Amino acid sequence: MLRYLLKRIGYILLSLYFIVTITFILMKVAPGGPFASERRLPPKLEEQMNAAYGLNDPIHVQYFDYLLRVVKWDFGPSFKYVGQSVNDIINRSFPYSAILGLESILLALSVGIFLGVVAALYHNRFPDYTAMVIAVLGISVPSFVLAAVLQYVFAFKLQLLPIAKFDSFAHSILPAVALAATPLAFIARLMRSSMLEVLNSDYIKTAKAKGLSQRVTIYRHGIRNAILPVISYMGPLVVAILTGSFIIETIFAIPGIGREFVTSVTNRDYTVIMGTTVFYSVLFLFSILIVDIIYSLVDPRIKLTEKEGDR
Amino acid sequence: MSQQTIKESDFTPIQYTEAETEKIVGESTSYWKDAWRRFKKNKLAIGGVIIIILLAVMSLAGPYMTEYNYYENDLINANQSPSAEHWFGTDNLGRDMFARTWEGAKISLFIGLTAAIIDLIIGVIWGSVSGYIGGRVDEIMMRIADILSALPYLLVVILLMVVMPQGLWTLILAMTITGWINMARIVRGEVMRLKNEEYVLAAKSLGASTTRIIARHLVPNMLGPILVTLTLTVPSAIFTEAFLSFLGLGVPAPLASWGTMTSDGLASLRYYPYQLFFPAFFISLTMLAFNVVGDGLRDAFDPKDKR
Repeated sequence: MLRYLLKRIGYILLSLYFIVTITFILMKVAPGGPFASERRLPPKLEEQMNAAYGLNDPIHVQYFDYLLRVVKWDFGPSFKYVGQSVNDIINRSFPYSAILGLESILLALSVGIFLGVVAALYHNRFPDYTAMVIAVLGISVPSFVLAAVLQYVFAFKLQLLPIAKFDSFAHSILPAVALAATPLAFIARLMRSSMLEVLNSDYIKTAKAKGLSQRVTIYRHGIRNAILPVISYMGPLVVAILTGSFIIETIFAIPGIGREFVTSVTNRDYTVIMGTTVFYSVLFLFSILIVDIIYSLVDPRIKLTEKEGDR
Repeated sequence: MSQQTIKESDFTPIQYTEAETEKIVGESTSYWKDAWRRFKKNKLAIGGVIIIILLAVMSLAGPYMTEYNYYENDLINANQSPSAEHWFGTDNLGRDMFARTWEGAKISLFIGLTAAIIDLIIGVIWGSVSGYIGGRVDEIMMRIADILSALPYLLVVILLMVVMPQGLWTLILAMTITGWINMARIVRGEVMRLKNEEYVLAAKSLGASTTRIIARHLVPNMLGPILVTLTLTVPSAIFTEAFLSFLGLGVPAPLASWGTMTSDGLASLRYYPYQLFFPAFFISLTMLAFNVVGDGLRDAFDPKDKR
């Protein structure tokens, strides 16, 4: 177990090293320097700026400087917002994203599992068809379209919920729904097919035969076993929520890290792009590790030392 | 209960020759025929195929069905609601939405199909080489894939779009740079499953080269899963294009894309909801059609999973 963990963390560090290097290279070859704007700076001033930010050093010096700073978790100053460091931006915006993300994950898991179980229990009957129509629509309608429709119907036409910003729980409902819809649909389908498989298995027959109530059979024996594929979907779920937040936060004007990332991309604010990319990657790689560990805890049949990718 | 007596005369032998009993009455079905038979029964999937064909035809014919083109501004007639003149209305620059919608369809379908085909080519080669040779090579090739897929897909695509000049091919390149991994993994799994089959051994003992075994014996036998993955790659590529265009990183103006049209439509949602409706509807319809067809193919090729 410990050896496995160390190995996994080793791979994570290797992946992170690649990500940092690739983003560094990409940002170096990107067209336009950080101070290239419509209003040209006087050459002398630009020279001074470049020297201040260490942009005149040879490229390998800049690279090692950057690596060292990333290790110390310091992403340097933003080029566009004077006086703000990238760390400030991340620290300020991440809480919003975390709240929104957790809300969406909870929503996707609870509703998705519920729909899947109901669909399996009423296989080929009305509830099944309803749940699967919802699932197919959830997969097919892009999140930004859903977000727009939700804004139009609930915030603009019915005026039930706030249209944008992020000040209270009511503000978080629409973005959380829009963000959760696609993963929710995936979870519902996963849960349905694995539940169907479980319901046909021998141990469910045994449970029924020994006279257990319907409730106990379904909850104790059915759902507990059927939920495993959903847990292994947690990794992709985290990714979907993280990347989905780019667009949802932009649409709903939520000052989260997704929107900061999109803004930095349009602003070509290279240090912010690099910092948020590294931050996202760390978040992403470690949440996948945590999901794998949870998986092995939930299902004792799975040993973490097992070779990956054999499926 | 009365016992009935059975006499020998109650039975008459059926007059069948041995040759007749050996005759196969049912038509023999191949793998493909079998899959097609199952696919045909799936009305939803057939509906999906029809929608895809219609969309493809309209993406080619649509722009010629109206006298307006997708790029010409006409500020006097800006923001017109759908009418006999402009069937889907006009946008904020007075461009005809009908022409733009089908131009967008062309771009979405082109990007979706091209990205899927490139993924297919790289994925099949990478996956089959890795799976067939195995050992060290497999280890290294799969590690490379693992590290690449450790990067969140959309993040990589966005970073690349920042660096490279905007355009259709940049978009496709950015999408395929990590997109092939899924296909490679599926192909590798299939190759590992198939490579110990007897026909591979037979081909090997007849002296067939590795390339020939992969291309002639392995690939045809795993076309089912490949086709399913291919069909399901298309909607995700279409989604990615729309996502990027929505963020302003997609195809440059004046080219129309459903993503940019949705983004423009969102800006004027309050006053001209129809501007959002058309692109949003067609992008959802296209993704729905491809998803339904992909599911149908999966059920058709893998009857074990069929419920």
